[in-house]
Amino acid sequence: MSATAPSIVSSFFTPEHDALRATIRSFVERELQPHAEEWEREGNFPDWVFSKMGDAGLLGLSYPEEYGGSGGDYISSLVLKEEMARCGSGGVGMAVAVQTDMATPPVLKFGTEEQKQNWLVPAIKGTKIACLGITEPNAGSDVANIETTAVRDGSDWVVNGRKIFITNGCRAHFCTLVARTDKPSGYHGFSLFLVPTDTPGWQVTRRLDKLGMHSSDTAEILMEDMRLPGDALLGEEGKGFYQIMWELQGERLVAAAGAVAGSQLLLERCIQYAKERHAFGRPIGSNQVIAHRLAEMATEIEAARALVYDAVWKFNKGEYPVKETTMCKLYTGLVINRVTNSAMQIFGGAAYLMDVPIQRAWRDSRLIRIGGGADEVMREILAKMRGL
Amino acid sequence: MADTRYELFTEEHDALRASVRDFVGREIRPNVEEWEAQRDFPRSLYERVGELGLFGLKYEEEYGGSGPDLLADAVVTEEFSLCGAGGVAAGLGAHKDLGSYYVYRFGNDDQRKEWLVPSIRGELISALAVTEPGAGSDVASITTRAVRDGDSYILNGQKAFITNGSKADYVVVAVRTGGEGYPGISLIVVDKDTPGFRTNRMQTVGWWTSHTGELFFDDCRVPAENLLGEEGQGFVYIMKNFQWERVVMALGAVAAAEKTLELGIEYGKERTAFGRPIAKFQVWRHRFADLETEIHAARCLTYHALRKMMAGEDALREVSMAKWLACELDWKVADEVLQIHGGYGYMMEYPIQRAWRDSRLGPIGGGTTEIMKEIISKTYGL
Repeated sequence: MSATAPSIVSSFFTPEHDALRATIRSFVERELQPHAEEWEREGNFPDWVFSKMGDAGLLGLSYPEEYGGSGGDYISSLVLKEEMARCGSGGVGMAVAVQTDMATPPVLKFGTEEQKQNWLVPAIKGTKIACLGITEPNAGSDVANIETTAVRDGSDWVVNGRKIFITNGCRAHFCTLVARTDKPSGYHGFSLFLVPTDTPGWQVTRRLDKLGMHSSDTAEILMEDMRLPGDALLGEEGKGFYQIMWELQGERLVAAAGAVAGSQLLLERCIQYAKERHAFGRPIGSNQVIAHRLAEMATEIEAARALVYDAVWKFNKGEYPVKETTMCKLYTGLVINRVTNSAMQIFGGAAYLMDVPIQRAWRDSRLIRIGGGADEVMREILAKMRGL
Repeated sequence: MADTRYELFTEEHDALRASVRDFVGREIRPNVEEWEAQRDFPRSLYERVGELGLFGLKYEEEYGGSGPDLLADAVVTEEFSLCGAGGVAAGLGAHKDLGSYYVYRFGNDDQRKEWLVPSIRGELISALAVTEPGAGSDVASITTRAVRDGDSYILNGQKAFITNGSKADYVVVAVRTGGEGYPGISLIVVDKDTPGFRTNRMQTVGWWTSHTGELFFDDCRVPAENLLGEEGQGFVYIMKNFQWERVVMALGAVAAAEKTLELGIEYGKERTAFGRPIAKFQVWRHRFADLETEIHAARCLTYHALRKMMAGEDALREVSMAKWLACELDWKVADEVLQIHGGYGYMMEYPIQRAWRDSRLGPIGGGTTEIMKEIISKTYGL
């Protein structure tokens, strides 16, 4: 190595990212955190969360400036996700992630200029709320099994089908919808549509009651003879599966980043509690088994973060790290569930009370091993990629 | 930001990796079975590695090195770990990263010329002796004494579990030159031919090709000029190099785990049961997916720790994390891959049993998993 070789830095965050983090942290602590308990109790949070975040410029961090975004890199999305973990309510972070990283990226990537103006611009402003319609009663990660159909009728499309577990589905102004536009032929024949939710035939049939993520709304949707204009088609007809598979990568990486950030916060609370809470005349953290358990939690979280940062770094460079992203989703979900379960044990009886938020993290985190592709689906993908 | 980089390895490192991998594949791996049977590998391997310059990457040209480039050295560590015998990697590594590296880090120029330069050429083999029958990670409790007598120190005491101990030409020995506790510890280089110095090779569960030695010092008289660095600073020196030793162990463990996983997948694809390759059963497909994920996570964590070290930051916590996680994982992978081998996994003719035995040392050597967790919890004020 020559003497002029560049020196190694231990982090990819720039001073701009650090400044962004500080801004988001203060927003979250000022505007969101004080309401978390109330929103959890009510099982909902108000729509102004979106508009306020939009006003603060937080819904378009990595979107181009011409659509109202900040033109930042993918790492700024990571910063948002990490800081949203501090809001105290997993449902809020999830709802926002659907808006920023799940329902709208296909609009930017595959949409016409008109579609971008109609949907992406207001979504970045926070004046229109988005949901993503993939999952159905009989098709989750098995996207190819989707039964919702969109049939041409003159220049229109007529859509029939059901969607389930749709985050933001009750309140959304529009849905990025996956439907079958051709006879079943494996991964071909699916298309994406941008659906205004005031379209006749769109119906929220149930608001689903969940184990956790209480502040976010989760809908069951029925579409009956729902007529869409021809220009509701997003991207190329028949290419919907490939367009949405691309989207799933971003979704999984964001979920993984949120899991790590949530785990880290919980670890810090556990360490603090272990120092404060006394039993048998000393802080419980001076018991070696508790100290070692905390060390194990910290190690797994650090490994999970290193794993996510590796994938984020690659993603940000323009690579498409499917294997790494899949690993992130699998590993971070397992880690946060071990961490929240350890936290339940460290907090003891207190953790079992509904007014102590540890149980919320425990319930909320359980979804990460299911949503966006279950652990088992991740393992299937990894095994296939390894030729098994 | 042109003068900084986040990526650890450069294209030059990649090229080095390819050439070391080629060397390991041609000159080490084909001999592993024979060396294991002999419970030893030849001294000439040190000379060969020296000839290729692979002991010299951490050092300036004036000592015969081609660096200093710690990352290039890390690449060599990873590649040596793929050789298929933990003992060979350990024997080369203890020389590269412990004995001779101590001479460089804490010794003066004369000492470097006397011991480091021939070590880089692979002509002298080195070892580091800290552990005693009654003191391992608890370094402050060592009892081997060195008493000053004119121009000499007179050593009395015993060391245990010393890699290369019964093979080395010189040993860097931790001794007590002062009072109780950590301030009384110093490092002294002992030549193998010094009267009063005797070694005994210990029988180990794994690492068969490397020498693990007990060392005995009976009124062993060593020139005072063999003192490395300052008297009473030995503890500080040992703690400093522990960080390198542990990150090196983590690097080696991750590489070895990946190799073992490959072995398991290959075997699982070849072996059929109930009409299909056993690797195609879903339980195994998913287990492999988990292990591959855990290995990649351990690698990312280890690189994070290494990156922090390279950036000159305090990496005590991250290095301790990487060391235990990677070493525990290496052993876990070996155990799972032994399982997919079924009965063959229990037979000495299959290499998986060796990976299983060799990897078991990881969670013990260089500071046990429990010690790592103690260190980590202390960094949080627990």
